[in-house]
Amino acid sequence: YYPPLRPVRSRWLALASYSVMCYLAGVAWFMGLAFEPFTLRTYMSENAMGSTMVEERFPAGERALATGREFAAHKKKVGGMPVDWLVKTMQSRGLEVFTQSFTRKLPFPDENKERYMVRGTNVYGILRAPRAPRTEALVLSAPCSEGNNNNQAVGLLLGLAQYFRSQIHWAKDIIFLVNEHDLIGMQAWLEGYHHTNTTGGDWSPLQGRGGSIQAALSLELSSDVITSLDLVLEGLNGQLPNLDLANLFYAFCQKIGVLCTIQGKLQRNDWDTTSGYSHAAQTMMLMVLKQASGRPWGDHGLFLRYHIEAASIRGINSFRQYKTDTTTIGRLLEGMYRKLNNLLERLHQSYFFYLMPSLSRFVSIGYYMPAFGLLAVILLLRALDLWVQLGASPPGTEDGVAGGVQVSYGPSSPGVLSILTPVVISHMTGVALYTLPILSQEMAVQHFPVSETEAVVLTAIAIYTAGLALPHNTHRLLQGEGTEEGWRVLKLVALLYLAVLLGCTALINFSLGFILALSLVPIAAFITPHTPKALSAAIMVLLSPGCTLLYCVFVFQELQETPVSLQDGWMLFLSVISQGILDHALYGSLVYPLLALLIYPCWLLLWNILFWK
Amino acid sequence: MAAPLTLLLIVAVTIRAVLFRSSLAELIPERVEVVSPLNAWKRVVEGLALLDLGVSPYAGDVFHETPLIIYFFHFVIDYAEIVFMMADALTAVALYLAVKDYNKTVFRKQKYALEAERYPLDCLELIRTPKEMYYIPLKVAMFYLLNPFTILSCVAKSTCGLNNAVIALFILCTVKGSSLMSAIFLALATYQSIYPLTLFAPALLYLLQRLYIPVNWQRSSFWLFTTQYTFMYLGSLCVMVCLSFFLLSSWDFLSSVYGFILSVPDLTPNIGLFWYFFAEMFEHFRLFFICVFQINVFFYTIPLSIKLKEHPIFLIFMQIAIISIFKSYPTVGDIALYMAFLPAWNHLYRFLRNIFLVSVVLLACSALFPVLWHLWIYAGSANSNFYYAITLLFNVAQILLVSDYFYAYLRREHHLTHGLYLKRKDGSEATLVLK
Repeated sequence: YYPPLRPVRSRWLALASYSVMCYLAGVAWFMGLAFEPFTLRTYMSENAMGSTMVEERFPAGERALATGREFAAHKKKVGGMPVDWLVKTMQSRGLEVFTQSFTRKLPFPDENKERYMVRGTNVYGILRAPRAPRTEALVLSAPCSEGNNNNQAVGLLLGLAQYFRSQIHWAKDIIFLVNEHDLIGMQAWLEGYHHTNTTGGDWSPLQGRGGSIQAALSLELSSDVITSLDLVLEGLNGQLPNLDLANLFYAFCQKIGVLCTIQGKLQRNDWDTTSGYSHAAQTMMLMVLKQASGRPWGDHGLFLRYHIEAASIRGINSFRQYKTDTTTIGRLLEGMYRKLNNLLERLHQSYFFYLMPSLSRFVSIGYYMPAFGLLAVILLLRALDLWVQLGASPPGTEDGVAGGVQVSYGPSSPGVLSILTPVVISHMTGVALYTLPILSQEMAVQHFPVSETEAVVLTAIAIYTAGLALPHNTHRLLQGEGTEEGWRVLKLVALLYLAVLLGCTALINFSLGFILALSLVPIAAFITPHTPKALSAAIMVLLSPGCTLLYCVFVFQELQETPVSLQDGWMLFLSVISQGILDHALYGSLVYPLLALLIYPCWLLLWNILFWK
Repeated sequence: MAAPLTLLLIVAVTIRAVLFRSSLAELIPERVEVVSPLNAWKRVVEGLALLDLGVSPYAGDVFHETPLIIYFFHFVIDYAEIVFMMADALTAVALYLAVKDYNKTVFRKQKYALEAERYPLDCLELIRTPKEMYYIPLKVAMFYLLNPFTILSCVAKSTCGLNNAVIALFILCTVKGSSLMSAIFLALATYQSIYPLTLFAPALLYLLQRLYIPVNWQRSSFWLFTTQYTFMYLGSLCVMVCLSFFLLSSWDFLSSVYGFILSVPDLTPNIGLFWYFFAEMFEHFRLFFICVFQINVFFYTIPLSIKLKEHPIFLIFMQIAIISIFKSYPTVGDIALYMAFLPAWNHLYRFLRNIFLVSVVLLACSALFPVLWHLWIYAGSANSNFYYAITLLFNVAQILLVSDYFYAYLRREHHLTHGLYLKRKDGSEATLVLK
């Protein structure tokens, strides 16, 4: 009735071929997602934004630029945010103006943006809705950046404020926000607005509020004319705004005739050629990499946490002939806000889980999840196989009656201790990786000639590498010999752990889950103590989460068409690590704790299996 | 054996004490998987505040615990953490002693049967040895105390821990054969949450078995004892209800506690099956389906009691599991109670068919609950269907687990009477099917 188990060798081969097939199928599926016939064309799902036609009449682009120049002059004079001038200007445009000051001490100096003790002020003006009970609001924000950046954005923001003030159809409050120190200011403002404090910053409470915020756009413009507008969607922890927001942007770009890009890539029509396909694939992979990083890629990124649909619009000025002036951008924004103003409920009709191979095409969760599923199924197959092996291995229990699967008192028999010890030690290493870099920076700076930032990053790398010595230490703690059954149980635990972990990660942030699965699934599937040690160890190290991050840095640069040398790539890798730690400390990004506390220990378990004695 | 148990208790209490002091202590009581509207500590505190103000604690429709609980906490509110830790410890010790005693009985029975040569010869490998039975009580206590579900429930100060303690004491008293105490604790458990009512049948069966009274409708001794036990049970239940009335001098608590349990007005998501179903339902079908869902919990008592009348302790396990799956406001604390019994059925391991699948699904679901909750409530990108899908899967896995154990138990009993190697009439190998 139950067929006898196949000989070990042929079963191993069958399983290996299934695993390889699943893996290749998963990768192929993923790559296929960028192929245009397999994707869907975007369409507006929200009725309130669909049928109503809006006439855009914003006229004052030139005046906005003049305001921008005035702002730049004041910024230069004050040497930071010209708070008084902004308050005065906003007030003169008929807004209710409030300011919020904030201070923030970073856990260690941020060398990319050269800041440590951050002190700043947000200025925002509220245009009260004349037509409705002011229970809802929209936000338009522009960052006040260092140097000469984004002056035009602030100018346009003020110009739009003045223009919107004269219109009567606003049913939602419109909040015009100029935030200093980009995301830190945005974080302070959002936490102040919602009365929360998740990351322990220090800011003054907001004096004025609008209704509950329905949608937000963040504007970044650094030149008087632009060639194209880039839409940035990726927010904190890989969260994306509702697809309808992207649709809205795309629809207006089409209507007004502005070139629009996503990931800085224009859309092409030649999907049936190789270069057309590779262009779409590159765009999608850029999105995947950005999403996987879990960091907010624009000032909009923190809104998403509060259930507010938000995106950044970035003006790009390149060497193209065709230019768009500020008036046109103003009209585009006017149109978008008019449509958002028509919303009767929060944007929810369209997708929240999607990838975009171009601005007019998307892949929804139902299409991309199978790619991950095919990888995850390998882990489950392996686990099942191990379970069957564990049941069949003790001799003398060949028994047709009890059913095909027989287990001799299961996982407890090889000694809970021999399994528990590696699990506990791996996790303690993970905890060390998570806590020590920041805690020990002072000590490191005293003893080594490095800056604080370098100290943090290098400590992290040192602990990461020190974890490789772990199997040795684990065995010292264990008295007995590790049994054949012992590593199987450990591997079963590691496989299931990894499967659950990756599954949960992929649900929250598909890209991160998929990238981790790509690198971890092969080693999880094939690692045993009997594989050739040196070769397997080399492969394991090359596919470890840290190295995956390194490859991602290179691939990202390659895809952005700014390839870097090995040296620069390494420096970039170091700065990515410090940024990841900072993102966690400042905004509560979860990628660093996920990698340090869960993924890395899981990888260490597999490493332990390789060196099982 | 006392030393390992003490060690275990110390470890368990340490874990809980550390968690009470950590930042998780604020997060866990907010989780819908851990607390329900019935047993949330926040609501108990609210009830106490109302009581102190001289208002009925049931005013305002927040508090739904029983009057005895609120008067109990009225005195020990300052030591709440210790009370919950002690409740867990008490449950574990009670289960430990109960299972130890039960195993002795089982072993004695097995010895008699062996001496009488009642087992077929090829069944010797099914015979349980003292060696493998020795650690079972300790494992039971360990499964209860170190189960993450219990720990979460305790750190959330869910009053579920107290209910579990009452049920564990009831089991202990039943196993020890003290019918009065058993009836009192059963009444207390029923008073707390109605559903333990179904444990009446197994308790009666066990006590009858212990006194060597056959379940026979014509025997007067059977009727005498049944009446006696019923009277003790109903009497103590009556005393508790009346005591509650005199404490609060109103009958408010009947509708606020039992009405709340039975009519399920609070549809906050939890790991049970009720909330989604009744949130989606048209109002005029509501009463009918409430009846169906509630009768469902009690209905299994009859067939299971008939089938398992020789094995009341296993019946208790089945009933507790069914209650915790089908009750109106289940939490992970309820699941922890029946999971504690799993080591006691270690010997069924070889007959379990899908334990691997079930444990993987349970594990995955437990991890997915918070993830999907986050996506639904905080990120807003998923919706309630995602969460309910996981709830459904979780419950299906639990049902599979319980039915698997049921099948395995019956199958072992079958083999013990008919021999291990079954042959069909034509001599080919036979397989058993659960019908």
